[in-house]
Amino acid sequence: MALTEQELRSLDYEPDTGGHFGDYGGRYVSETLMAALSELDQNYQKLKNDPDFQGEFDADLASFVGRPSPLYHAERWSKAIGGAQIYFKREDLNHTGAHKVNNTIGQALLAKYSGKPRVIAETGAGQHGVASATVAARLGLECVVYMGADDIERQSPNVYRMKLLGAEVVPVESGSRTLKDALNEAMRDWVTNVDDTFYIIGTVAGPAPYPQIVRDFNAVVGREVKWQSKELFGQYPDALVACVGGGSNAIGLFYPFLKDTEVAIYGVEAAGHGLSTRQHAAPLCSGRPGVLHGAKTYLMDNNDGQIAHTHSVSAGLDYPGVGPEHAYLKDIGRASYVGATDEEALHAFHEVSQVEGIIPALETAHALAYTKTLAATMRPDQTVVINMSGRGDKDIFTVAKLEGISLT
Amino acid sequence: MSSYRIQQRMDALSAIGRKALIPYIVAGDPTPSVTVPAMHAMVEAGADIIELGMPFSDPFADGPVNQRGAERAIAGGTTLRGVLDTVSEFRQNDQQTPVVLMGYLNPVIAMGETAFCEACGESGVDGLLIVDMPPEEEGSLVQEAKDRGLDLIYLAAPTTTDDRLATIGQATSGYLYYVSLKGITGSSKLDTSEVKERIEHIRQHVSVPICVGFGIRTAEDAAAISSTADGSIVGTVLVSQVESLTNDPAKIPEALQSILKPMREAMDASA
Repeated sequence: MALTEQELRSLDYEPDTGGHFGDYGGRYVSETLMAALSELDQNYQKLKNDPDFQGEFDADLASFVGRPSPLYHAERWSKAIGGAQIYFKREDLNHTGAHKVNNTIGQALLAKYSGKPRVIAETGAGQHGVASATVAARLGLECVVYMGADDIERQSPNVYRMKLLGAEVVPVESGSRTLKDALNEAMRDWVTNVDDTFYIIGTVAGPAPYPQIVRDFNAVVGREVKWQSKELFGQYPDALVACVGGGSNAIGLFYPFLKDTEVAIYGVEAAGHGLSTRQHAAPLCSGRPGVLHGAKTYLMDNNDGQIAHTHSVSAGLDYPGVGPEHAYLKDIGRASYVGATDEEALHAFHEVSQVEGIIPALETAHALAYTKTLAATMRPDQTVVINMSGRGDKDIFTVAKLEGISLT
Repeated sequence: MSSYRIQQRMDALSAIGRKALIPYIVAGDPTPSVTVPAMHAMVEAGADIIELGMPFSDPFADGPVNQRGAERAIAGGTTLRGVLDTVSEFRQNDQQTPVVLMGYLNPVIAMGETAFCEACGESGVDGLLIVDMPPEEEGSLVQEAKDRGLDLIYLAAPTTTDDRLATIGQATSGYLYYVSLKGITGSSKLDTSEVKERIEHIRQHVSVPICVGFGIRTAEDAAAISSTADGSIVGTVLVSQVESLTNDPAKIPEALQSILKPMREAMDASA
């Protein structure tokens, strides 16, 4: 199914009117959600070209988030690896500490323009919940965040942050008590309260038009890298690397470069204890196509089609599905998807903290782990841009615990 | 090959002025052995069609009660193949009562659309309701199902537009499942006069019988709904009853009857 380079250059990389990326995506939802999704789609298609809406979005990205985020040359780390020059796109410096806020500002503005006073969100690591609570506070919207009970335990600082920001955090005890269950619960809330509620989905998964909306709001990342890379080293990077859970930071970096086929693209999934163990969260590397949370995509399930319990050291990657556009990019051969294990990610977490003075999020550490392997195979005159999608402050408790250190 | 039992049953009911009582339980909840006796017991209590849930790990259109039912069934070892075996076993003693399988698409994809529809035909399944497969996303499953005489039942919601009602009306066969309120299965607020108004409107777009579910809990609800609809679908209140008897599953068939019998009586009295 892989396409030729010429074919890859000529695609427009937009979903069809039903929200399909090739065979993937679409709107596999109960009829009870259909009206809400088409209303959202109509609003979005109208607002995405509305100068007032876009102007407000851009202004908030500049003054509230602090964009553009820098493109930073990780010189010492590049030298230590001895291959390509590695650059970090510093999404970790955004307000709230990750790329997630790009999307939540966009969606909260959609809620405002659609006249919905209440927003809900699901969260895994808590980053999307914090980003949603933040923009809800900023815009004066009521905010409810659904979070798996296990994740609440793993990410207690973020839970407290959300509460400080005035959001209600609802623990989800059903299923595997992680991100996928939080998503189920948020959809239930939405379908019940659709008249006054906007559902801010945190990743490029879910039914159409969400994968497109979330991608478009995060694409600011890749657009900035385009001009920043020209400014810093005179051309586009040779390779892009980003971690992939649902895949929003990755698609945000990749999307503006999809037609530039000279740029190699790598998505890094959570290989957990190893891709051969089943204890991982890498549907693109070792799952198969199916339907989950309203979209056809690669996912992890058992022989009977029941969704698998996943494992990753990072809560933000611990999800059995993936955004449908990634499934499409994999099949047509525009992007390569690889895995990094817990151990490799933790190693990169420490190394980058000590060599570059930047503590990365555990999610991001997966991308760093693969970058190390990739850069070592490249020449020093080549460049790799990695999406430093989040900072690691939220993860220090997890890492300390793994090392048997008590911080309390 | 199915004998279109659903249409025959709906026609027969219509001829005698009776409305359909359609109970829903999750196959294999809490253990596989309880399901067939429960199905026979429900028929004895006045059920006209049975909706059997195919358990799925992530049933996001269902409420927590039905999700727990699915979780119990999966934990008890029920697979999609097991659900089909349950129907085969039921058919040994009941060739008349239509059985509709209700569930989500992913387990069907995992088995393969062709293999699944073949197995449905062989086990005596009459209809399929795939909650997360609206007409826009129908793939090979639809043709495979039609080839084997299986009815495809679709949902309509209070928010469904007239345009979509026409599409759904074209796609659905057997009956249309009207979701009586915004929300998930097992929600509590049911406004029967609003439902009545909607059903009259839907009939302008849809020629098949209309059965109503989500939110029917009591005999009064069932009677009120069936004064306008062609049938009442009762699910969460039954699954909840099953849940209360997980430690004593032998009592489940009789307990389900104790809920359905008053509904049957109230529906027939108001007919």
